[in-house]
Amino acid sequence: MSDLDIKHLEEASLRVREDVIRMSVNGGCFLGASLSCTDLIVYLYKNFLNINPENLKDPKRDYFFLSKGHDVPALYAALAEVGILERSRLKNHLKENDNIYWHPNRKVPGIEFHSGSLGHLLSVAAGVAYDCKVKQLNNKIIVIVGDGELNEGSNWEALLVANSYKLDNLIVIVDRNEFQANMMTEDLLPLNPLDKKFEAFGCEVKNIDGHMFEDIDYALNKLPYSKDKVSVLIANTVRGKGLPSIEKRADRWFCNFSEDEINSLLNELHTRIKSNLTSEKLFVR
Amino acid sequence: MNYQDILLKLAKGNEDYIIMTAENRAAIRNITEELGNQFLDTGITEQTLAGTAAGLALRGRKPIIHALATFLTMRAYEFIRTDIGVADLPVKLVGCFPGFLSEANGPTHQAVEDIALMRTIPNMHIFCPSDKDDLIKGIKDIAESNNPTYIRYNDQASHIKHKPFKIGEPEIFGTDREVTILTYGFLFNQAFWASDILASKGIKCRVINLRMLNPINKNLIYQLCSDSGLIVTIEDHYKYGGLYSIIAEIFIEQNYSCPVLPIALENKWFKPLLLNDVIRHEKMHPIDIVNKIENYLLRVKNEYFTEWSTV
Repeated sequence: MSDLDIKHLEEASLRVREDVIRMSVNGGCFLGASLSCTDLIVYLYKNFLNINPENLKDPKRDYFFLSKGHDVPALYAALAEVGILERSRLKNHLKENDNIYWHPNRKVPGIEFHSGSLGHLLSVAAGVAYDCKVKQLNNKIIVIVGDGELNEGSNWEALLVANSYKLDNLIVIVDRNEFQANMMTEDLLPLNPLDKKFEAFGCEVKNIDGHMFEDIDYALNKLPYSKDKVSVLIANTVRGKGLPSIEKRADRWFCNFSEDEINSLLNELHTRIKSNLTSEKLFVR
Repeated sequence: MNYQDILLKLAKGNEDYIIMTAENRAAIRNITEELGNQFLDTGITEQTLAGTAAGLALRGRKPIIHALATFLTMRAYEFIRTDIGVADLPVKLVGCFPGFLSEANGPTHQAVEDIALMRTIPNMHIFCPSDKDDLIKGIKDIAESNNPTYIRYNDQASHIKHKPFKIGEPEIFGTDREVTILTYGFLFNQAFWASDILASKGIKCRVINLRMLNPINKNLIYQLCSDSGLIVTIEDHYKYGGLYSIIAEIFIEQNYSCPVLPIALENKWFKPLLLNDVIRHEKMHPIDIVNKIENYLLRVKNEYFTEWSTV
């Protein structure tokens, strides 16, 4: 991947982050979680997935599932960035005239499946992967899961099944931002050593910096990591990445900012000068 | 043809069918090899079974999934509701050993609230065959339909030959309308037997095998009930959320009231025993059903029955 490619991806990420920030007003959204996986989703749609406005119904397309559904603003914005979702519809966030709400749903072009209840889409993706495998397709089925989401036992159940059926077309990307709703993951149910846990369930694992496009590019072009095994990519990320005033903060999980704060945050995204945020913290949704 | 033969034939004729189980192979034991990759056993994982079936249905497959009725409808409830129900996918959920058919297993295995749970999911059809013949007559139409469907699996021996199956339509036995018994599942046989005894005692009785609890031909059910002196509902399910509730809802919608005798489980699990002993212990033997109906008729005679029998 050339420096120019990286520059283009970084510019796309900035645009997506701007859109995500603009969704955290008038009702708000899960901003921190959306910003941690933005670079991953941008890379996937810009450089990796065989998904475009023309092939959304093609059975040979790649599949992308967002299992940690609350970070869907990053997906809405990425789908708009690549022309799958009409850009003007981003302004319909939480509006009655559209279906752009806090969790993914299939009425939005490009969204394969709804999520929001954690621990569901690994098993749904396993079903898709099984069918693609028996039909001898070469497509990829990618699922982004949250690290907090891994508290749910159903993820581990699905991995047992997927590895039993040698679904090496299934790729799990962990958005390892080390936070769940109210606290750091390691302060509640410690997940480390996370790679060893996945390995124990039969997966092959790689660890990367989930904000470095060279890392993401390298890791996704090595798939599958091992024949007959589910590939797991642990992407180490930062909750709220790009906005120093909310980065790694447990109290900025769900954000509903004022117009002034949004303008200040958009400025912060480019200058890294911290905003003076006065909106309610610890918003519970 | 038995249940397995029909599934095998369907699968052989259409590669979209995929027969799945959470390691509950009782109903499909003999066809697993022949199905090849149209058979998928996810192990003891009801949640993953339901989620994986949803993923397969997204790919255009027609999954028919099998697990014990309790574990399927309760442990995997949210996966069924959220992955299959919200997406309205044509997954067929076969709940094995429902109701009294779990016999001596104990409360862990007693699916006596499965109907109540499944009927809360929009578009979820519910098929409750009364015996093997009824199951065989209905399963092909059910498998071919585009709705998610819960199948309260029952392959108990048949004592009668059932009529042709049509989705959403009940099967009606008899035209007498002094007493109308509504039932589903294996207790149909007890109800049918009870109606014979009642007839021999001069109490004229009609038996309706619902076959499906959703969809229901509400107009027909209302019409049949509204010209009857006494309605009896019989089910191996909680009184709440099952057939009795469904009939009550139909009556309320029609602003109609009449004497209804529910024979069902009241706020408790049943005594774990072999099937015939469960039936006796829970007082759903034909003789018990007859006694309950006779007692009820005696009790309401002055209030309602005289009026109704002269209609």
